[in-house]
Amino acid sequence: MSVSVCFYFQVHQPFRLRKNYNFFSIGPDHYYEDDKINREILYKIIEKSYIPTNNLMLKLIKKYNGQFKIAFSISGIIIEQLEKYAPYVLDSFRRLVDTGCVEIINETYYHSLCFLKSKEEFKEQVTFHKEKMKSLFGVTPTTFRNTELIYNNELAVEIEKMGYKTILAEGVERVLGWRSPNFVYYPSVAPKLKLLLKNYRLSDDVAFRFSNGGWPEYPLTADKYANWLHAVAGNGEVIGLFMDYETFGEHQWADTGIFKFLEVLPEKILAHPDYCFQTPAEAAATYPPVGPFDSREYISWADIDRDLSAWLGNPLQDSALDFAYSLEKPVKESRDPNLIHTWRKLLTSDHYYYACTKWFNDGDVHKYFNPYDTPYEAYMIYINVLNDLKLSLRDRGIDC
Amino acid sequence: MKVLMFGWEFPPYISGGLGTACFGLTKQLSKKNVAITFVLPKIKGEINNAGIRVIGGQNYVYEEMEEIKKSAEFLEKEIRVSSSLRPYLSFSTYKEYLDQLKKTEGEFNFIKEQVETSKSLSRSQSIDFSGDYGDDLLSEVTRFAVVGRLLAKKEDFDVIHAHDWMTFLAGVEAKRQSGKPLVVHVHATEIDRSGENGNQDIFNLEKYGMENADKIITVSHRTKDIVVNKYGIHPDKVSVVHNGVDLDEIYQYDKNNRPFKRDKIVLYLGRITMQKGPDYFLEAANLVLQRKKNVRFVMAGSGDMTRKLITRMADLRIADRFHFTGFLGKTEREKLFAMSDLYVMPSVSEPFGITPLEAMRYNMPIIISKQSGVAELLDNVIKVDFWDIHKLASSIVDVLEEPGLTETTESNWEILKKMDWGFAAQKVINVYSECLSRR
Repeated sequence: MSVSVCFYFQVHQPFRLRKNYNFFSIGPDHYYEDDKINREILYKIIEKSYIPTNNLMLKLIKKYNGQFKIAFSISGIIIEQLEKYAPYVLDSFRRLVDTGCVEIINETYYHSLCFLKSKEEFKEQVTFHKEKMKSLFGVTPTTFRNTELIYNNELAVEIEKMGYKTILAEGVERVLGWRSPNFVYYPSVAPKLKLLLKNYRLSDDVAFRFSNGGWPEYPLTADKYANWLHAVAGNGEVIGLFMDYETFGEHQWADTGIFKFLEVLPEKILAHPDYCFQTPAEAAATYPPVGPFDSREYISWADIDRDLSAWLGNPLQDSALDFAYSLEKPVKESRDPNLIHTWRKLLTSDHYYYACTKWFNDGDVHKYFNPYDTPYEAYMIYINVLNDLKLSLRDRGIDC
Repeated sequence: MKVLMFGWEFPPYISGGLGTACFGLTKQLSKKNVAITFVLPKIKGEINNAGIRVIGGQNYVYEEMEEIKKSAEFLEKEIRVSSSLRPYLSFSTYKEYLDQLKKTEGEFNFIKEQVETSKSLSRSQSIDFSGDYGDDLLSEVTRFAVVGRLLAKKEDFDVIHAHDWMTFLAGVEAKRQSGKPLVVHVHATEIDRSGENGNQDIFNLEKYGMENADKIITVSHRTKDIVVNKYGIHPDKVSVVHNGVDLDEIYQYDKNNRPFKRDKIVLYLGRITMQKGPDYFLEAANLVLQRKKNVRFVMAGSGDMTRKLITRMADLRIADRFHFTGFLGKTEREKLFAMSDLYVMPSVSEPFGITPLEAMRYNMPIIISKQSGVAELLDNVIKVDFWDIHKLASSIVDVLEEPGLTETTESNWEILKKMDWGFAAQKVINVYSECLSRR
């Protein structure tokens, strides 16, 4: 009875908007992004996380000679930023993919919430991303994961129709009930598709709690963590460890010992004879699904709620989303690729995350990732930008 | 004539109408040979703005801790002030304002030659003020009263003039020390700011100042009525001096080039606080937008209701028609007036209300609430009850659809010329003379 450990890392950074985009900018000023901040943050993350982690991953893959495997989902807009400011980082990802031990996962190009609002836009963005992966890495993904692991039955149906074999979701207890996240399931409404779940306890032990001195398990050693994983043997087949790639070096700084932890972890895990690393696609092919996963409601991997409330639900967020998607038709009518691209970049989920007003517990995390002083400020800047975009459409004679 | 004047705001330290009014008035007084020493609680050193000597109270404060203690004890006994106090702004609003002030420092070009001074001033101000405009305002007011007494010993003057309740104690102390007549100037009362449920301590301080003054100036008949009826002051002691309007500094702007060519702009400009009625503006805007598309509403300013109103606006789904600008510096403020087509002041209670006059400088129609002092001066503008959002909405539609509606035989400009600060200054001088002749 073997157990597969599935690492999947999300690589994403948004295009943040200018904090000084105010009412008077609407009309004369069509430049929305804060290039300086975006570049600075990108370089910081590259230096602290992407490069050292990529180097370590490559070293581990070589060391274990095909036994250590991981998967990435890399959003289209982080790729655009890397292409613009740091193409050498893309080369480094390419070297990883070329080892054959790295799976590339498909997502919406713009890391957007578009499935909630426009199926047509969703299909286009997924297709763009697929093509981008093909051209960058020479692979065609067969696994899909939606932005922030947002998932429901309807999405599974769509993804099955689009020809994917595997989909990822959060192992939410209110959906699983008594069942374990550590098996392969199938979406109740899309039985041809395989579903892999995130084991959020084990994932968050690394992603969120690793350096938390107040956590009873602190400090987390590779031995201890491997023991927890090994405890799954006999009552599980797949352990989905899904997290932001920036966990390594950025959310958990190097001085927390995160890199040393990662470096020895494969050895500790593989010490158990039944344990191996597999990519999500491989694990899905290896294990037969044990049962249906049925979620009519949207679930996600964000906050303790694991629903849409990090991005939607307060009037600011809902109004922003409505406004943005009300421009879909007129923007596409313009047939101007630049304008369409600009609009699409505004669909990135982070813009809605910044306008979240849930301050308690999760609020801390929100604040950490939020470049704006308040959700109200974030919202007003976003709305000002949309107003300018709408005005440009009107100036082109497009009715909106 | 020499006047020792106590104020709480003066350019470039303005959060609202008080500083603007003090500046407009003192500038004209100074032209009429009144020598003014203007005392602010919180500046270091001394500056000269448009011929007015502005000095800071805090220079005197730290040497005099004993005096301050005595004064505080006295105050508690005499007028029973015990709890924390609040002026025009809540603490958070004031902090927001200070932050904005820091951002827009360059906008304050009243005293260009003192850019350096004012920069260092505002920095020290923001440090010293943290907390002071919130819970600890009482000690601030008390310290200022001590300053009043000390200055009355040192300075040479004929009349004392104190602007609004924060400075009334200082005025009274200066009067006790010197025996010179005291004029208190009521720009707003606690009744205006908070209705009938205002802060009793502030009310008491206001009443104390009014009772101990030789003359009271109110900015409107509306405010005089409040002073007489709510504070029990004899009407003969109260003179009405309407505020004036500064006609300089018109922003040159070509409306044909503005971004919202197809849309009319309806403007609200003021603090976003209960007293100013911004929520009525928003609700009326929503009603208008249900009937009319080619119009945009702009709410300029900051205040403790901002978040609530942004949320309400989002809820109404009018984000593509309703804009918030945040706090604006002088230049942006003028630019916004120049861009706009209609100005609305929906104040719940407005002792005077300078902004409609500022709007009129740009020759645009205005709609004001009946609950404003400035309504006394303007016969041919539309006046609505602040709470009547349906009337406000239909008035907005009427004005936008028929701009001729508000045209009168007299142009805006001619009306405004009659409201020069010079006239107000002359009336104030008459009040001074009255005080002096009585002695």
